[in-house]
Parts: sequence; C-alpha cells; structure tokens
Amino acid sequence: MSAGPVSTGPVGGPVDTGMILEVRDLRVRIASRRGVVRAVDGVSFGVPRGGALGLVGESGSGKSMTLRAILGVLPPEAQVTSGEIRLDGVDLLQLKGAEVNRLRGPKMAMIFQEPMSALNPVMRVGQQIAEGPQIHLGLGRAQAAERALELMRRVGIPDPERRFRAYPHEFSGGMRQRVMIAIALSCDPEIILCDEPTTALDVTIQDQILRLLTRLCRESGVSLVFVTHDLPVVAQVCHDVAVMYGGQLVERGEVREVLLDPRHPYTLGLVRSAPDFEYVRESLVPIPGSPPSLVSPPSGCRFHPRCAFAEDDCRVSDTPLRVLPSGRATACLHYERTLEAIEADRARP
Amino acid sequence: MSTASEEVLLSATGVSVSFQVGSALAARFRGQERLLHAVDGVDLEVRRGEALALVGESGSGKSTLAQALSGLIRPDSGQISFDGRVLPAARSRADRRRIQMVFQDPYSSLNPRLTVGGMLRELLRVHQVVPRAQVDEFSKELMAMVGLGAADLVAYPRQFSGGQRQRVAIARALALRPEVLVADEPVSALDVSVQATILNLLQQLQAELGLTLLLISHNLAVVRHLCDRVAVMYLGRIVEVAPTEQIFSAPRHPYTRGLLEAIPRLTDDVGDDRKPAIAGDPPSPLRIPGGCRFRTRCPMAQPVCEQSDPALGAAPDDAGHLAACHFAFTPAPLSPAPLSPAPLSPAPLSPALNENERND
Amino acid sequence: MSAIEIPPGPAGPEPASEPVLVLRAEGRHASRWYRQPALVAGLAILAVVVGLSLAAPLITPYSPIAQNLNDSLLGPSSSHLLGTDQLGRDTFTRLLYGMRLDLQIAFIAVLLPFLLGIVLGSLAGYFGGWVDSVIMRLVDIVVAFPFYVLIIALVFVLGPGKGSIFIAITLVGWVAYARIIRGEILVAKRQDYITAARSGGLSNVRIMRRHLLPNVISQGFIYGMSDIVQDILAIVTLGYLGLGIPPPTADLGSMINDGQNFLSTHWQLTTIPGLAVVVVGLGLSLVGDGLADLLRPGQ
Repeated sequence: MSAGPVSTGPVGGPVDTGMILEVRDLRVRIASRRGVVRAVDGVSFGVPRGGALGLVGESGSGKSMTLRAILGVLPPEAQVTSGEIRLDGVDLLQLKGAEVNRLRGPKMAMIFQEPMSALNPVMRVGQQIAEGPQIHLGLGRAQAAERALELMRRVGIPDPERRFRAYPHEFSGGMRQRVMIAIALSCDPEIILCDEPTTALDVTIQDQILRLLTRLCRESGVSLVFVTHDLPVVAQVCHDVAVMYGGQLVERGEVREVLLDPRHPYTLGLVRSAPDFEYVRESLVPIPGSPPSLVSPPSGCRFHPRCAFAEDDCRVSDTPLRVLPSGRATACLHYERTLEAIEADRARP
Repeated sequence: MSTASEEVLLSATGVSVSFQVGSALAARFRGQERLLHAVDGVDLEVRRGEALALVGESGSGKSTLAQALSGLIRPDSGQISFDGRVLPAARSRADRRRIQMVFQDPYSSLNPRLTVGGMLRELLRVHQVVPRAQVDEFSKELMAMVGLGAADLVAYPRQFSGGQRQRVAIARALALRPEVLVADEPVSALDVSVQATILNLLQQLQAELGLTLLLISHNLAVVRHLCDRVAVMYLGRIVEVAPTEQIFSAPRHPYTRGLLEAIPRLTDDVGDDRKPAIAGDPPSPLRIPGGCRFRTRCPMAQPVCEQSDPALGAAPDDAGHLAACHFAFTPAPLSPAPLSPAPLSPAPLSPALNENERND
Repeated sequence: MSAIEIPPGPAGPEPASEPVLVLRAEGRHASRWYRQPALVAGLAILAVVVGLSLAAPLITPYSPIAQNLNDSLLGPSSSHLLGTDQLGRDTFTRLLYGMRLDLQIAFIAVLLPFLLGIVLGSLAGYFGGWVDSVIMRLVDIVVAFPFYVLIIALVFVLGPGKGSIFIAITLVGWVAYARIIRGEILVAKRQDYITAARSGGLSNVRIMRRHLLPNVISQGFIYGMSDIVQDILAIVTLGYLGLGIPPPTADLGSMINDGQNFLSTHWQLTTIPGLAVVVVGLGLSLVGDGLADLLRPGQ
C-alpha cells in the first residue's frame, strides 16, 4: 500500500478517492516577533482507508503543526493560509468551527504526547471516556458507561470496573496513554491522529502501547497518522512514511523503502546519524550545520546548505515532491547520488 | 574503548537511598513511613578508563545512584569509595572535583544569567585549577576541546542551540579536570541528528583525556555505541552486569531480555503481531514485591522466585558477567510454572507517587 | 572513502544560528521596554512627579513652612497658584515639598522590607528544614494582624517621626517579599544548573548570591512596585491621623487633614494633595504592570 499520487477532483464539494484523509498544498504561517514563520509550507499527502502514515521529522520540521492544522487546534498566532484538508472528501478548512467540532470524535480523534495534561485531572476516567459517546453518539449515561467499560477492556486496562471511577493521577503513564486511546476510539472514528504518543514512555511500556495501537487499528480498520521523530517506531507502526524538513516534505513512500533505502540526502542523514540497534557503526555521522530558519528559509531546496550532494540548481529551483515510477516520491533533484552513497555503504566490507 | 583497565576507580558497596514521600507529619499521624526505596542495596564497580552504562527505565533508580556516586545525594546506608579510599558523606571540594556531571536538560543546566566564560571563570577560580593569569587561556582551551570557539565565551546560554548547550555543559564538567564524567541522559533531550555530534564528542574526549565515563541512559542503542560494560537496573537493584556485546548477544536476566526485545528496530514490520516483550506495569517503588522484584512481570517466574530474592551472582565460567536471577546460568524451565505472576486486583492502582493513594 | 559520501560533522563550532521556531520561553525579556504602553505611561507620570519634587526649590520661591497670617486662605492667583492655607503658607509649595518628602520616605520604606524579606526568604527556601519552619511561623504571626492595625500600633508606640515609620513598615512589610522569594527559590533550586553548581563544589552562600538570587529577584522588584503604592498610602494615612511627620513639615497626609475644615470654601486645600497621591499611585502601578509584563518569562 503506497501513499499514491494525490488525485485531483472538481474544486469544492466532497470527492471520493479512496483516501480517508487528503492534505493538499497545506500552508501554515505563524506571526512572531521575528517575522512570519512559514511553519508548514506546501505539504501534500494522503492516507488510504485503514492505512497508517508516519510523519517524521525533527523539531521545527512542522510535523506537529500539520497535525494540529488537520484537527483544527492550531495556536492562536498560527493560521492556515492556503491548501485543502479533505476528510472523507469534505474540506475541513471550508467548514465553520461548530461543524468541525461535530467531526471531532466520530470522524477523527487525536492522541497527545503528554497524557497527564491531555486528561482532565478532576474528572473520573470512566466519565472522560463516556463523554464522547454521550455527546456525539447520543448514548444515555448507562449505555455510555457500558461502552466505556468495554473500551477499557479492549485497551487492556486491568480491573476496569474499579478503575472506571479513578482519577487520572492514580494511573501510571502507560495506563494513562491507554485511557487516551480508549477516549480516541470511543466514537468509532475513521482516523486517529497521534502526536508523539510514546515519546514520554519507557521502552517496555512503549512497546506495549505501540502493539496495542497497531492491533486495534488493524482490527477496526481505523486509519492512523503517526507523528514522531523516532524512525524505528515508525517502522513498527506505519505502512507509509512522509519525511518533513523545514516545513516541507522531502520524501514519501513505503516505510521499508524510505527508511532502509532512502532517496533523499536528509533521510539518509537521519538514518546514518541515529544510533540504531542493529547497525552498529564505528562512528555516527551527524548532519552538519543546523536546522533552517523558518522565517527566511534558504532559497531553492531548504536542505542544500547542509547537503554534500548540492549542485547549483539546488540553490535556485523549487523542490516539490516528485513521484518516481515505483510510486514513492522525493523532493531531491539529484536523488541518484543518495542511491550511489547507499550502494557504496553496502559495498564497504 | 581501549582505555579500559581492570583497576577499580569508583565503587559502591551496599548503597541504599530512600526518599520520604508526602508530608512527614501526615505520615506520623498515620503511623507509617512512606519510604520510597529508590536504590536498594547496590554494589557496583567502575573501572578506570572504561565507559560503563547504567541502564534502566523510570523508577529503576539509575539517576539516584548516579547522583549518590557523584556526591549530590547522601546514601542512607552503604559506602562509596574512590581510588581505594572511602568517601565521607560530606565530600571535600577536592573530592568533588574528581567526579563531575553532565545533565539531561540542556535548557535548565546552564545559569541563564551567566555568560559561558563567566561560569567557567568562577569554577576555575574557586578551585584554583590553573593560576589566575591562565584562567582565560584555559577557558579557551576548554571551548576548543568541545568544538566551540573563543567568541562563544561572551555569549549567554539562550544564544545557543540545544546541542551547543550540551557542549557547554561538557566543557563545564571538564573545567575541573575530573577523572570521572557522569553523564545523565546527555542526549535524550536533543534532536536525533544532533545526538550524534554529542555522542561522538564524548567518545573522542574519553579517548583523548583518558576519562572514565558513567553513562546513564534508557536508550540501549546509544549505549551499545559508546560503552564497554553495561549495568541494568530494575526497581532499585542491579539485575545484570556484563560487557556490552555480551549483554546484547547473550543476556541472562529475563528483564534484560525483555528490554532488548522491546526496542523498536528499523527493520520492524507493521504486520508483525507479536505480543509485547514485557507485559504489565512495573510495581510501585513504595510497594516492592517480596522475593525477586521482577517476578510479577517475569515470563518464567517460579515458586522459588517468590520465596527468595536472588543475589547478583557471577556466571560459573565468566566472572565478568553477573546476573540476579535464580535461573540466570542454568537452563530455563521449559514452560512457565502453573503459578502465574501476581494477580492484578490486590495491586495498588498505580505507581503514581500520591499521598492520597488508598491503602489496599 | 568515496567522494560522494556525506562527510562527518565538523568538530568546529556551529554558528549560534538564528533560532528555529521553538515554542518555548525565549528568555526573561518579552520585548523592548518602550513598546509596553503601561510602562511608558507610568514612567512619564513618574518623571513629571519626581521632576517637580526634585526641582521644588527652583520652581517656587516660597518656603513651605514660613507662616504669613496676613495672607491666609487666599484663593488661587498668579502669585499663589493654588492659594494659601489657614496659616498663610503657599499650597503649591507645600504640595511640592510634601510630595518630595513622602516619595523619599516611601522609596526608603520599601527598600528595607525588600532587603530583609529577600534575605529571610532565601534562607527559608534554600535550606528548608527548621530554618524554613521558624521563618514561616514568623511570617504567620505577622500576617495574622491587619496591616494598618500593626503599623499604627507600632508608630504609636515608637512615637511619630521618620524613624518610627521606617521601623514599622519594615517589621510588617518584609513578609510578602519573603514569601515570594521563598517560592521562587523552591522552584529554582531544583534546576539542573544549581545541582551543577553544587557538584562543582561551590559554597551555599555563593550559590545563593550568584546563581539563585539574580534569577529570582525580578519577582521581588515587581512586587516592590505595588508595595511602594501601599507604603505611600500608609505614610499619607499616618500623616492624616497625626501619627506621621510632626508639623510644621509639609506632608501630604497632614495637608489633607488640615484642609478638611475648609472643604466647602477652599476645597483645593484637601483635594489637591489627595489627587497628588492618586496620580503618584497610578504612575507607580503602571510602572509595576509594565515591568511585570516585561520581566515575565516567555511570551
């Protein structure tokens, strides 16, 4: 299942392309003292029904802003200045606030990084899980409570009857994350957006949560957008991955292809600089330089100041994602050099 | 990695550190001590010139142990020896110099009101590391050692990126010319591509200066890259110690095995339907299970695990590999015993450190 | 090594680059001070007030205490801008000299509790334990009494005059600073850079003086601004009650009191000094607000 080319339909009105979520040329600007920050600058991708897309990047890449724009929870100083976000064919950016609100829960849900601040500390956990179904699905109190208990069992919270009446602070980090997953699933959404949900968790708990999430999504057919900076986690959870840098997408394709056989020097740099468990190298190869300014980004390809393969046209030409024959996409004008570098790596004894 | 020797430089013997949770007054009313045993009877040896990793998850006690070794926390019991000499609880300035720490959060580990140069100057003067006239010169050398420039001495921490701040923190640690560098999760708060520069720097400095490095980390990939030996901690105890490659290729303790299996890999596949490596939540450090503390989550727990607490023992054929498990060096039982790990209902609701935790 | 490899990272310095979008506090100063309208307005008012008070001898030829019974209770005129009081003294002159005196007292009166409170608060916050308990119990005792009751009682006992005012305000006013600084230090001492200072073998005094206080003292300053207003009010009140600076010295509080009897005929004798207090208070409050916005960490 590849994140195939984004299809075009008639402007306005719902379009059915088999994709549950389609983002087209999304741009988010943030007003700041230092000028206008182009946090997301022309991002396009699609998530097929039942698929899982990873959105990978370092801090400042724009991945979190993209997610927030989809859910409609951008900070006040940020604004979507252009683009489309089509959920099940409907452009969310054209809807008013109340209409988008009706979609949150039944259509799309979100899981955050810090479960403690995402859960209401003074409301009992069971009630928080039952709230969504009560409001969006019109269930009565007893029915919603029954549904909440069922969800708690599904996400593996032991002794759900007793824990229903507990408060968030009585749970461990991993348990709170399970509660968040239960809340996200409570109204049977079609897509769940995850913002670094396991970054704050211990490795063994992360393992549990990731496996739970992938199992649940597979069982119920829920699509997933998973934002993280951790490459191996993406491998475990997603079918496809999109790599972000400086507010733009630099590569997109199937997970195994992009991570193990990249076609963009930034992706290659990420893989080479991260200490991976399996590939123990003599020394890690960091990416030289520092992340680009989002107020006045470099001209042409944003990665060119740090790229060993940069040529003259890299400094000048725009670098949108180009779809390659195999279905994967890269923004690099000279991706064959990345290919050569990988082959040289493999050839070395 | 070739600087490691057999000589023991820093060691902990029977070290325990406990914290009181909640108000002391309330505890007295309720007639019970709310003691959190963060470190519970730990023996550890750090050899001169080696890079030793202290690995564990939250609640394992690794940071507390590191702080005790660095002299920032006083152990309730046990002793810490340095260079053959037992260190008193209140360390002298000269002793403090020899062990220095680098902290996890680059944004809170530097005083925002001091320039980098000001901070270094203060340390150098107070300890008289070099004669007064050479302080500036030495400060510049320290900067160069960590890959920063002399011009950075007049800058404030807020002008640096996270990676650069960590370099400054390392320069600060090196200013007192320590023999041991304790790095507490030095790269966890940094971006992936920046982590590499700091790890390479640590590796380089260790080789050039002959430093002994104690690295605390939850990231085993980092550890494998940098360290000679690994000590794994669980709930306040050391459960396994071995050279790096042995820990990764032939772990002897079920927790270590579970930990290794839980790490996500680039070669993972989303279609993989395996069960999680280790199920359940760790027990609360306030209510540590009797017998082996890992038995509540251990896939091969046996009745003996509940009755007796395994000591950290060496493999019969390899004195360098220690593990605290009754079955570490014997063939494992073919199937888990009929007695499953502790039932869930009587357990406390969570390990959350909460004064109002109900007593079950 | 093939020529098309990405080379290893430089060991050399990265330039302190323009910061990437990071949604975290950037430093303790939110923006340029002249962009804060409250601060600018407050400073303008204070500049006028302080300027007038300091230049009092230059502005008015009269003496604030010389009596001239022939010219008593005159209305405003070109020679007496605000008229004269019942003893023939020029009201405008008395106003300026009164403001000068009261401002002077207020600034010193806020300084002493500030110093005492900061010291005790730091000790309580940093050392904790019984030091903290003792100091906090002292705070509890002082706070149990209403502010004015205590001040008036103390001045009454100590007798009127500048010295008593200073002592009274110091003994009562230190607690707010102590609490504020103690709270800030309790948080700040957990920061890693303090742990680093301890592991660097620096003495406690040095850590408190050089590492903790500079980072927390701005909260004390901000509180000080609102405290000055309270102190000015206290001084004026004491003067009004006859417990302030003894006559014939010009003092806003006693002026308000004296002028009361002539409210229907010469309202300016009471009202103008009252307005002056309001204006000064407003100026100080605005400065305090502006400073608070300026010194607040992050956006």
